[in-house]
Amino acid sequence: MDNCVYEKYDIAIVGAGHAGCEAALAAARLGLKTIMFTVSVDSVAMMPCNPNIGGSSKGHLVCELDALGGEMGKNIDKTYIQSRMLNESKGPAVHSLRAQADKQAYIREMRKTLENTENLTIRQAEVAEILVEEENGMRHVTAVKTVSGATYDVRRAVLCTGVYLKARCIFGEVSEYTGPNGLKAANHLTASLIDLKIPVKRFKTGTPARVDGRSVDFSKMQIQEGDGFVRPFSFSNEPEDIKIDQVPCYLTYTNEETHQIIRENIDRSPLFSGAIKGTGPRYCPSIEDKVMRFPDKDRHQIFVEPEGLYTNEVYLSGMSSSMPEDVQYRMIRTMPGFEHASIVRNAYAIEYDCIDATALKSTLEFKDIKGLYAAGQINGSSGYEEAAVQGFMAGVNAALSFKGEEEVVLSRSDAYIGVLIDDLVTKESQEPYRMMTSRAEYRLLLRQDNADLRLREIGHRIGLVSDADYEKFLQKKAAIDEEAARLESTMVGATEKTNEFLIAHNSDPLKEGHGVSMSDLIKRPELSYEILAPIDKKRPELSWRVREQVNIRIKYEGYIKRQMIQVEQFKKLESRRIPEDIDYNEIKGLRLEARQKLSRIRPANIGQAGRISGVSPADVNVLLVYLKC
Amino acid sequence: MTETIAAIATGLTPAGIGIVRISGPESYTIISKILRGCSRRNGCETGNGTVSSPLSWKPNRIHYGFIKDIDEVLVMNMRAPHSYTGEDTIEINCHGGPYMMRRILDEVLNNGARLAEPGEFTKRAFLNGRIDLAQAEAVIDIINSTNDNAARASVAQLKGSVSEAVKEIRHDILGLTAFVEAVLDDPEHYSMDDMDATLGSMDEGRENIFKGRSAKDALNVVSERIEGLIATYKYGRVIREGINTCILGKPNAGKSSLLNALLGEERAIVTDIPGTTRDVITESLVIDGLTLNIMDTAGIRETDDAVEKIGVRKAYEYAAKADLVIYVIDSTVPMDEDDVSIMKFINEHGIKAVYVVNKIDSTKSGSLPFVGAEQLCCPVSALTGEGISALLSTIRKMFESGDISYNSEAVITNERHVELLKEALRSVKAVIDSINAGMPEDFYTIDLMDAYKSLGLIIGEETEDDLADRIFADFCMGK
Repeated sequence: MDNCVYEKYDIAIVGAGHAGCEAALAAARLGLKTIMFTVSVDSVAMMPCNPNIGGSSKGHLVCELDALGGEMGKNIDKTYIQSRMLNESKGPAVHSLRAQADKQAYIREMRKTLENTENLTIRQAEVAEILVEEENGMRHVTAVKTVSGATYDVRRAVLCTGVYLKARCIFGEVSEYTGPNGLKAANHLTASLIDLKIPVKRFKTGTPARVDGRSVDFSKMQIQEGDGFVRPFSFSNEPEDIKIDQVPCYLTYTNEETHQIIRENIDRSPLFSGAIKGTGPRYCPSIEDKVMRFPDKDRHQIFVEPEGLYTNEVYLSGMSSSMPEDVQYRMIRTMPGFEHASIVRNAYAIEYDCIDATALKSTLEFKDIKGLYAAGQINGSSGYEEAAVQGFMAGVNAALSFKGEEEVVLSRSDAYIGVLIDDLVTKESQEPYRMMTSRAEYRLLLRQDNADLRLREIGHRIGLVSDADYEKFLQKKAAIDEEAARLESTMVGATEKTNEFLIAHNSDPLKEGHGVSMSDLIKRPELSYEILAPIDKKRPELSWRVREQVNIRIKYEGYIKRQMIQVEQFKKLESRRIPEDIDYNEIKGLRLEARQKLSRIRPANIGQAGRISGVSPADVNVLLVYLKC
Repeated sequence: MTETIAAIATGLTPAGIGIVRISGPESYTIISKILRGCSRRNGCETGNGTVSSPLSWKPNRIHYGFIKDIDEVLVMNMRAPHSYTGEDTIEINCHGGPYMMRRILDEVLNNGARLAEPGEFTKRAFLNGRIDLAQAEAVIDIINSTNDNAARASVAQLKGSVSEAVKEIRHDILGLTAFVEAVLDDPEHYSMDDMDATLGSMDEGRENIFKGRSAKDALNVVSERIEGLIATYKYGRVIREGINTCILGKPNAGKSSLLNALLGEERAIVTDIPGTTRDVITESLVIDGLTLNIMDTAGIRETDDAVEKIGVRKAYEYAAKADLVIYVIDSTVPMDEDDVSIMKFINEHGIKAVYVVNKIDSTKSGSLPFVGAEQLCCPVSALTGEGISALLSTIRKMFESGDISYNSEAVITNERHVELLKEALRSVKAVIDSINAGMPEDFYTIDLMDAYKSLGLIIGEETEDDLADRIFADFCMGK
């Protein structure tokens, strides 16, 4: 094999989507000689579906990633064209930041960052094979090989293949073996994974049509402006650093006519005709799914979002579909403002190979192959943000283990990232996994606004948060504690002025001789830290982030405490480790299904065992008693 | 390798029969080493013959023989998994003296078994999938029950009456939680205002608490149901532990004599000097399936005597805690303000009471003092025993009629269960408080989760690190 290319790296990242970029950056920044493979250098960090970052629970992921030292938050702060805080009428736990991106700018900025990162090499090539060797009964990664036969010796590899493995795009009767946007699919790697005895399955997702903005009458739709006060995703940025002129989005609706067209042609949808075998995401349904599932709804929301500043194309959020082209035209044109719409790109469904992520440890390393990690859509997740955080964790853990340092696993009580990864590696997902706030048990503690308080220290310890950023964080933390203590000890008397103020805010006046503290007043539902400013004379000038934390911490103190007690209980079961050599078949009290699942998934602790579907609480009780015997 | 365990399975008091139980893989080997049968040559008395090898015994048989020269026994054998523990099990039925049973147990232990820890047989039954945690818990309640009704309530629990009631409440809490989550995750298609339309329209073949109700109203129903279950605990405890009965009355009204008449023997000091019974004496008696724990108290009356004051204050204290007050009235003396003050106390505290009009042997008929129309009066003579059986049947009726039927309804008899129900109630009330305070719905789920978990811990549908420990800790040796 003299005429073959042969190179040596510490780590290979296979794929350059949102997972691949974070993995590559993390590994390279931690000092590993890193090579990142992609089928198209022009398409790194591509957003082939929705033109935004964040949104309900996904905003949490981006903030957490940023707190740990990831890139996504910084990149969207540089390239957003509109930003909104969602769910502001709800509690702070479910507030979620979402920013519309200029898709090209997003790619460009990420590529710039990648290309300016030391230790990082980008290579356009399709990886076809993962090479392993066996030592002491354990396999470990030795190299990756491209289609051309070039071999790259590595000690670590992270699979971030997204939706490219044997990708097939489908609409109506048309089906093509390509990746998104007509990019080349990766057709070889699956065979190598199967050779490695990695369980492979097939999932499906979809994207809506893009329409020429010039053919759309926006005056018939509701305009959706961005927030006046734009909060950055990144804790390293301040609002004034990222101020821009925002562009609007629009809202329109489907109607009975749209639904009629869908119902009449439903047998032509490959989803319903059976042409698509892969399982689709229940929580990001196609329009035909929604129409069939909610027959009582006479309309569905369709958000019309710009794809960027560089183009007229608009994205029809809520209208993903795999209907034939002619049906797509007809249904789109039933909506107000779309009567004369011309389609630039058809909606399509995409089918791809992914792995059963229960083959992974919580570090995202394969249980049976040392040095091999997987992250992103290959693990059965869906969404840019879900991919990015996995890529980051896999990159970090691959680098840490390379350096002989302890790997990082975030718990369900630490972060949405912990919830996401735990769900992926523990519960067998039958459909693409999308993050949702309901998946996090300790939602009130895992807020977007306190992601830095939860994770900055970990990020700094890993080595991906700069000393300067960490110093800034410590100052913020001290300021929060100080201000909370001040409010606790600031007593408010029943003066005439105070009571006038309270009455004006629909709050009960104070009684003579029954002074309360400023924090007591903040706790009243109708009041807040900001509202009380006029009667809080000694209030120091503080940043908006500190003010927000102080308000939340005091206002929801009782709930936060109760949730913390829940976390304590949760941790007890998480800390009860299961020996690796346990023989589940010996425990007769376990039901057969539980015995099989536990033997296969091999959970690390009792808590994780309890979350495996097919393992009941009764099984867990048996396991607990068994382990104590 | 699983160890073979053994213990005395019956009580350690002298009795006709005692059982030594052996469970585990070595059970058959051990019995084959120590069991001797009858032989033609030596007859049965000497215990030197042989029996057919236990290793070849068919399951579920009884064999006759001798444990060495210690005792003549019957041996029952069961094969895994068809035994209480799910393991090979041998039960040696011997004569019931503690000494005899200990000698047989020693013999078993010397031949390869280990002494079982308290509850270990049941723990093995649990580990081998014979029973679940809730059933294990009911087993201990049955073992500890003092009378028929307690045993019946525990059997009902074993069969699942409590589980059913708790499951229904949990189902509703889960339904509401899921709806709140759907509202948060899919605001386009769900809103709290549509709860009635979504949850209320589901037909599940049972009462739908969401039908025509707001979240708060539905939660009020949930909290009433939990309160209802908690309320049964008072009766559950009565069933399980007996009725805490307090005998009250003025000095020398005949309280101690009545106690003696009830017990059928002299235990308390009976004297004619007022105020000599200063200590509270507790005795238990079982009447047709109800256990009465009787506390005899110092006579209640206004007194300046310092020593006696302590006793009197105690009497009031005990009465307030009692399930039943038997108020003894001396029919030979007219009622005075002491009687009135005691009766007032009983009425004010809503205590179940029966009024015993004593000393009818010394009173002419028709001169019974008036007590009150709605109050239960029982004329008795503690001296002659007249009216005592009528009094007992009155008490029995008070606790058997109306409020509880022991067989069908869920009655909470277990202290752990009632504590968890109270926790669940606190959590449900916290959600109602959140709604009243106008908190957004994402705050509801924190306390809904807690309520769901507390209820789940009752029926073993949730796990807590030390749950099993707490349940098995209540067991005694040999069970």
